[in-house]
Amino acid sequence: MKTNDVILQTTSKVVFFMIVLFAIHLFFAGHYNPGGGFVGGLMTSGAIVLLLLAFDIKTVVKGFPIDYIILVGIGLLFAVGTAAGSLLFNIPFFTHAFGDVTLPVLGKTSLHTAMLFDTGVYLVVIGVTMTIIQTIGESE
Amino acid sequence: MEILMSLVIGALLASAVYLMLSKSLLRIIIGTGLLSHGAHLLIITMGGLKRGAAPLLGEEAAAYVDPLPQALILTAIVISFGVTAFFLVLAYRAYQELGTDNMDEMRGNEAND
Amino acid sequence: MINLLILPLLIPLVTATVLIFLTKSVGAQRVISVISTIGTLAASIVLLLTVKNEGIQTINVSSWEAPFGITLVSDMLSALLVTTTSLITLCVILYSFRSIGASRERFYYYSVIQFLLVGVNGAFTTGDIFNMFVFFEVMLMASYVLIVIGGTKIQLRESIKYILVNVISSALFVIAVALLYSVVGSLNMADISQRIAEIGQLPILTVIAVLFLIVFGLKGAIFPLYFWLPGSYYAPPVPVLALFGSLLTKVGVYSILRSYSLFFYHDQAFTHELLGILAIITVIIGGIGAIAYWDVKKIIIYNIIVAVGVLVYGISVATEESYKGMVFYTIHDMIIKAALFLLIGVMIKITGTSDLRKMGGLMKKYPLLGWTFLIAAFALAGIPPLSGFVGKLLIVRGGFAEGEYVSSLIVLLSSLVVLYSVIKIFMNGFWKAPKEYPGEDSQPVTFLWVPGAILVLTSILYGVGAEVMYPIISQATDALVNPTIYIDAVLKE
Repeated sequence: MKTNDVILQTTSKVVFFMIVLFAIHLFFAGHYNPGGGFVGGLMTSGAIVLLLLAFDIKTVVKGFPIDYIILVGIGLLFAVGTAAGSLLFNIPFFTHAFGDVTLPVLGKTSLHTAMLFDTGVYLVVIGVTMTIIQTIGESE
Repeated sequence: MEILMSLVIGALLASAVYLMLSKSLLRIIIGTGLLSHGAHLLIITMGGLKRGAAPLLGEEAAAYVDPLPQALILTAIVISFGVTAFFLVLAYRAYQELGTDNMDEMRGNEAND
Repeated sequence: MINLLILPLLIPLVTATVLIFLTKSVGAQRVISVISTIGTLAASIVLLLTVKNEGIQTINVSSWEAPFGITLVSDMLSALLVTTTSLITLCVILYSFRSIGASRERFYYYSVIQFLLVGVNGAFTTGDIFNMFVFFEVMLMASYVLIVIGGTKIQLRESIKYILVNVISSALFVIAVALLYSVVGSLNMADISQRIAEIGQLPILTVIAVLFLIVFGLKGAIFPLYFWLPGSYYAPPVPVLALFGSLLTKVGVYSILRSYSLFFYHDQAFTHELLGILAIITVIIGGIGAIAYWDVKKIIIYNIIVAVGVLVYGISVATEESYKGMVFYTIHDMIIKAALFLLIGVMIKITGTSDLRKMGGLMKKYPLLGWTFLIAAFALAGIPPLSGFVGKLLIVRGGFAEGEYVSSLIVLLSSLVVLYSVIKIFMNGFWKAPKEYPGEDSQPVTFLWVPGAILVLTSILYGVGAEVMYPIISQATDALVNPTIYIDAVLKE
C-alpha cells in the first residue's frame, strides 16, 4: 500500500526533530521537575514511530541502523551500573550522590548520579518500544 | 468525588470482565488493559483525592498530595504497558501459527493435541 | 559489607544484561551463566551464614529510612529459600546444555533464566509489599518468555492462558495493595504488621487478607485456583518445567506464609480456617490427578499441587511446630521436585514419549538412573530417613496437637497416594520388558543424569542431616511465630 503522502513525509521530517528536542528537554527537566527518562524515551520513540508511519520500515531502519535489543542491554548496564556503584563505597545499594559543579559554559550546574540511571531508563524505553513495534510491523 | 471515582472504576472493571469473557483474543487483551486501568484508578482513589502542591521542597504550599500512590501507579502502568505489548505480540504470533483467534479452538483437550 | 543481601539479586541481573550482548556465541553464554550462578550460590551461602551468626540482615535501598523507603530484608527463611533457588537454577542450567537446543539458546534463554532468578530471589528477599509486586512481575515476565520460547503450537496456545491468568492476578495484586494502603497507610511489611497490631484486624482487613490469598493462591495453585497449572506447565520443555514447578509455586506459598504470619494473624478463626479447608481440598484434588494420569509429566505436575496443599496446611495450623515442618518441607519439596522433573526429563529423552504405557524396561540399560529415581520417589513420599519425612512429620504433629485429626490424617494419607503415583512411574518405566526406542543411543544420558543426581544427593544430605538443619530451621520460624523479631530488625527500634 503506497499512497501519495508528500505532505506527511515533509512535515514529519521537520516535526521529528522538534519532538526529539522536546523529548530531550523533558529528559533534563526530570532533574528537579516533572519529566525524566521514561517520558523522554517514550517521546523519542514516538518520534521514530512517526517516521515509521510516514515512510516505511526499511527506510527507517536504514536511517537508524541500531539493534534495539542491544540498546536495551546498554541501558540496563547504565542503570544497574549506577545502582551498583554504591557497592564500591559500602553505602546502601542505589544511594545516589549529588552536588553543584561550576562548569565553563553552563555556569553553576547541579549534577546527580540519578541522571546516569535516567539515561539507562531512557535507552531501555526506546529499545523496548521500538523492538515491540518492529516485531509487529516487520511481518507485514 | 470518591463516589464518582468508584463508579468509574466499577464501570471499567465490569467492561473488563465482559470483554475477557468473550472468545476473541483481541477483545480479551483489551479487557486486560481496561482491568489494569481500573486497578490504577483504584490506587489513586485509595491514596485519597486531595488538592495540593507537588511534594517538592521548593513549593512551600499549605497542603501537599501524597506522592506514594502516584509512584505506585507509574510503576504499575509501566509494568502493564510491557505485559500488554508482550501479550499483543504473542497473540499475533499465535494467530499466525494456530490460524485462529477464537479461544474455543485453543482448548487443550485430547482432540487438539 | 552492608550490601551482602543484594548480591543474590545483583549478580543474576548483571549477568542477564551481559548475556543480551552475547546471543551469537552459545559457548560464552553457557560459561558465563554457570560461573555467575555459582557466584550467586556462593553469595547466598555467605548470606545464610551471616544471617545465622548475626541475625536478620536488612538494607534500606537508596538510604531512605525504613518505613518510608524500600527495605530488603533477609531473615533465615528468605536466606534459605534464596540459597535453594540458586542451587536449583544452577542444576537446571547444567541440564539445559544438552537438552534445550541451540535455537532456544540463541534466543536469550540463559538471559531470561537469570532474570527469573532475579525475580524469585527478589520476591523472597523484599520487605515491602509493593516491591514484592514488582519482583513478582519480573519473575512473571521471565516466565512468560520461558513458557513461549521455541514457539511450538502447544506452547503458544498454553502461554496465552498462562499470561491471561497472571495478568488478572497482577491486577488483583495492585487492587489488594491499594486497599491495604488505604487502610494502613504503609507499604513496609514490618510497619504494616505493627500498625495492624495497633488498630486490630478490622473486618475490611480480613477481606483484604482473602484478596491477597486469591492473588498468592493463583501463583501458588491452591484450590480452586489451580486450574491453569496442569495445562500450562505441560507445554514448556523439561528444564523450564523444572524451574517453574520447583520455584514459581513456592513463591506463591512463601508470600502466603509471609503475609499470614506477619500481618494477617489476628483473625485466625476465619482466615486460617479458610486456608486449612482450601489446603485439604488442594491435597485431595492433586492426589486424584496424580493417580489418574498415565503421562509422567502430568503425574509430577499434579504432585506439585499435592505439595502446595500440604505446605498451605502447615501455614493454616500456625503453630511453631507446623511452621517448622512447613519450612523444612518447602526446601525439601523445591529440591526434590526439580530433581524429579530433571529425571523424568531424561526418561522422556530416552524413550521419546512422555506416555508411561509406551515406556518400560529402562532399568536394564540405565540402572543408575533407575535407582536415583527410586530414591527421589521415596524422598517425595516422605520415607525416613529421606528429607520428606521430617517436614511432613512436624506438620502432621502440629495438626494433631491442635486437634485437627481429620485433616492431619488426610495429609498423612496423601503420602500414600504420592508414593503410589511415583512408584507407578518406576514400575512401568523402569521395570517390565525392555523395549526398543529409536534414537536412544544418541542421547547424552549420563550428562543429563548428573544435575538430577546432584539434587537427589542434596536432598539425601538434607534429610540425613536434619539434626544439623534443625537449629537453622528454628531460627527461620522464630520470626514467623514472633513477628516482633522481624519488625525490630527492620524498623531498628
